[in-house]
Amino acid sequence: MIVIIDYEMGNIGSIFNMVRKAGFNPVISSRTEEIVKASKLILPGVGPFDKGLEKLEKLNLIPLLTDRVIGARVPFLGICLGMQVLFKKSVEGNRPGLGWIDGETIRFDFKNKSSAPKVPNMGWNEINTAKDSFLFPNTNEMQRFYFLHSYHVLCNQPADILAEAFHGYKFVAAVQRENIIGVQFHPEKSHKFGIAFFKNFLELDG
Amino acid sequence: MRKTRVIPVLLLKGRGLVKTTRFKNPIYVGDPINVVRILNEKEIDELMILDIAATSDNREPDFDYISLIASECFMPLCYGGGIRNISDIEKILKAGVEKTAINTQTIERPDLIREASTIYGSQSIVAAIDIKTNRAGKPYVAKTAGQVKLTDIDPAKHVREMVNLGAGEIFFNSVDRDGTAEGYDLKLLNKICNSVSVPMIASGGAGCIEDFLSATKAGASAVAAGSMFVFHGKYKAVLINYPDSAILDELLP
Repeated sequence: MIVIIDYEMGNIGSIFNMVRKAGFNPVISSRTEEIVKASKLILPGVGPFDKGLEKLEKLNLIPLLTDRVIGARVPFLGICLGMQVLFKKSVEGNRPGLGWIDGETIRFDFKNKSSAPKVPNMGWNEINTAKDSFLFPNTNEMQRFYFLHSYHVLCNQPADILAEAFHGYKFVAAVQRENIIGVQFHPEKSHKFGIAFFKNFLELDG
Repeated sequence: MRKTRVIPVLLLKGRGLVKTTRFKNPIYVGDPINVVRILNEKEIDELMILDIAATSDNREPDFDYISLIASECFMPLCYGGGIRNISDIEKILKAGVEKTAINTQTIERPDLIREASTIYGSQSIVAAIDIKTNRAGKPYVAKTAGQVKLTDIDPAKHVREMVNLGAGEIFFNSVDRDGTAEGYDLKLLNKICNSVSVPMIASGGAGCIEDFLSATKAGASAVAAGSMFVFHGKYKAVLINYPDSAILDELLP
């Protein structure tokens, strides 16, 4: 069972629709009974860092998700804010993040640039993979994804970086640490590239 | 790689799509779901859907229908029309829409931009500004719910205020150019782009892809068009179309 975690933070509908388009039948839920049965977990998220963590805490999801993802090693995909909360902290808020990945979230900062790109970064970026992964099997092909964000993550462990993109400077577009995957872009809104991405994630281990 | 987004703008009236000229004379151009399916096939950069009757009919957005449209939309989607409060925005984002465009409330209750961007982040909140010139040729922000009415608000000042309140993007729309294919209002666009740090979508007047290039030179991050993507030829036959991505990649930054 594929569970899209509903913690009242935004674009669940888009992800549900795209996962169906990719040929799977996801469930939207915040209930323990369903989350413990999940063979794949997807954490969406649109909005501020603190608000996301506050909602996760309020719904009592933090210990449950930690148990499933860190303990039972269920394949996990965090999208946009759902990726940023995996890190230790964010300059956007005061709450501690989940801390599953070593690093933090910062705002695009072009202080030392003469012609600064616009923030938020809105639009299509090509990504470059930093390591081999089942998520991006065709490394020779250009892969374009839709980004919509003002903040991005910094990884303390370079080995966690899965892909990078460019907006004024190179930033981390995707991370993977064992079963934990996070993407800054929106695969649910990235046409054929998004469909392929979800297929690769959801077909993992049958 | 091309960063400029090329955005079809579809106008919703009831549950059909129309195209206007200078905000008047709506012509029926098709069924929204059909059109969205065609645009999916064309792998467009982004889509904007504006319900032009919601505010003038004094009703809330048609959430069920937005949800139906969004379920067919595998590209980024921005919805505008009739948004009055946080609850409207929440329902729209939850339906599978990435961005909400706020227009009338930027004049009536600008604080909604602040509230909404605090809760959902600036990247989800677009301030949609309609601009019209007066008889002397001076541009002002226009109220466009029902009839077009000029206000005494300076467009550049209004845009700066919206950005300060937290708007993550500006949809800059020229009422005078709407549906005319005469090109964007580049002079005003340039003046406003220079004064803000967020992306700006140029809208109103695009007639050919060279107009897109001119808008990017004036500072726009994205270009929107209506007529160009729904009509074909001088008799304006309805034909949903979108330029070939190779041509756009070649032309635009």
